[in-house]
Amino acid sequence: MKYIDEFQDPDLARRLLDDIHSTVTRPWALMEVCGGQTHTIIRHGIDQLLPDLVELIHGPGCPVCVTPLEVIDKALEIASRPDVIFCSFGDMLRVPGTGRDLFQVRSEGGDVRVVYSPLDALKIAQQNPRNEVVFFGIGFETTAPPNAMTVYQAKKLGIRNFSLLVSHVRVPPAIEAIMQSPSCRVQAFLAAGHVCSVMGTGEYPELAARHRVPIVVTGFEPLDILEGVRRAVHQLERGEHTVDNAYARAVRPEGNPAALAMLGDVFEVTDRAWRGIGVIPDSGWRLSARYRDFDAEHRFSVTGINTREPAECRSGEVLQGLLKPHECEAFGTTCTPRNPLGATMVSSEGACAAYYLYRRLEITPTRTARTAAPAPTARTAERTATADAPLEASPVA
Amino acid sequence: MCLAVPGRVIDIGEKDGTRMATVDFGGVVKEVCLEYLPDLQVGEYAIVHVGFALQRLDEESAKQTLELFAELGMLQEEFGDPWEQAAQAGGAPWPFTDDSDDSDDSDDVAQEATRQ
Repeated sequence: MKYIDEFQDPDLARRLLDDIHSTVTRPWALMEVCGGQTHTIIRHGIDQLLPDLVELIHGPGCPVCVTPLEVIDKALEIASRPDVIFCSFGDMLRVPGTGRDLFQVRSEGGDVRVVYSPLDALKIAQQNPRNEVVFFGIGFETTAPPNAMTVYQAKKLGIRNFSLLVSHVRVPPAIEAIMQSPSCRVQAFLAAGHVCSVMGTGEYPELAARHRVPIVVTGFEPLDILEGVRRAVHQLERGEHTVDNAYARAVRPEGNPAALAMLGDVFEVTDRAWRGIGVIPDSGWRLSARYRDFDAEHRFSVTGINTREPAECRSGEVLQGLLKPHECEAFGTTCTPRNPLGATMVSSEGACAAYYLYRRLEITPTRTARTAAPAPTARTAERTATADAPLEASPVA
Repeated sequence: MCLAVPGRVIDIGEKDGTRMATVDFGGVVKEVCLEYLPDLQVGEYAIVHVGFALQRLDEESAKQTLELFAELGMLQEEFGDPWEQAAQAGGAPWPFTDDSDDSDDSDDVAQEATRQ
């Protein structure tokens, strides 16, 4: 149990780990759904502290990663228009579309602004009545209610120059899709804590029962992850498959009723494409009919943009837990945070970025030589001038 | 963006008919919407995501999380300059050289985060 002293409560961490080690008798594969959990796991080396019999598989819970290329391209087209002020969260700036990203649009003169909250974008719309202000509405169930409230406010205040480019996604249909995959190895889920802070736990019992899979609602601090794993392993060893809340300090069974009511008013469930995965039925939200006037796709007629994702990026397999980031041929060679092929390497929540930042020693000279073949794209050639720093020792490896 | 950060309510008021609060995130102060936790009171802690309080949190848990986030540099990640972070991550030049026109409002919004 090397490096456990860096945990906030090392004694408790040891007790949790001792319990897990003494409980496990067979191999188990657990998927952590949330990208924040993935980062905690890799950053603290939690997967290395666990028994060899317990494998953590990284799930699709990074909203930046799963936003389809097609939607990024729509954002880039809208952001490039001279009358548009395009507002986004900061972590979308470098997500690659076809050929460029929002960072480049801004450097080319586009009015791209980063906001902390969607309400900031609404404020910008009030301050700039002669511009169209568009907010990039991505995210899971945690982010959808704030965006829903913003559209509701825009309608209530009569702000007509505001719209939302919507690409919201929902976790339960993603879990369903993962479980239905013939190559699925997942035997238990660590559900995303803050998603459940909003949604509660009501969507999960039916999933857990039908797929006979334990679902443990888990926070994202190191001890939260260990407790989630401990509870999941106990269920697996006993042959149980129920929903368990290991993040009770932030998750109530009913979720946040006010947020749920607003979600139901402003959005409606729709099929949604996930980057690298494809369309998952009922896995997203779009604006409901009452709020359709605030839909940027229609306002700017970008509904016709359809983009094929490049085959060289295997982030779809990473997002489904079918491939570990370092098992990808491009990882750390033709794909790095400075020169990303896909969003899982760009996003601070992405599994590939987590492995790159904290597990750099896994890139071996042999792999580098073997994978040097793919020709650089225009984007990679441009950025080769600022090549990545030499590999550094990982704080956890 | 994914990060939800615990914060302590300093002040509560109303803006455009919406219940808003000033919230302290371990030294960074921001305006937060309370419409989803309308009974939150001054002095209480809540989990805040993209400017919205989503769920109450007890003081001890909130303080522990804030300490951990500060140690790991995650508060800087959440509240620091996103353009600078993106430039550093991508190796692109920063600041932009053509910044003569539109740094006004976006900077105003960014400046709302102030350190105590």
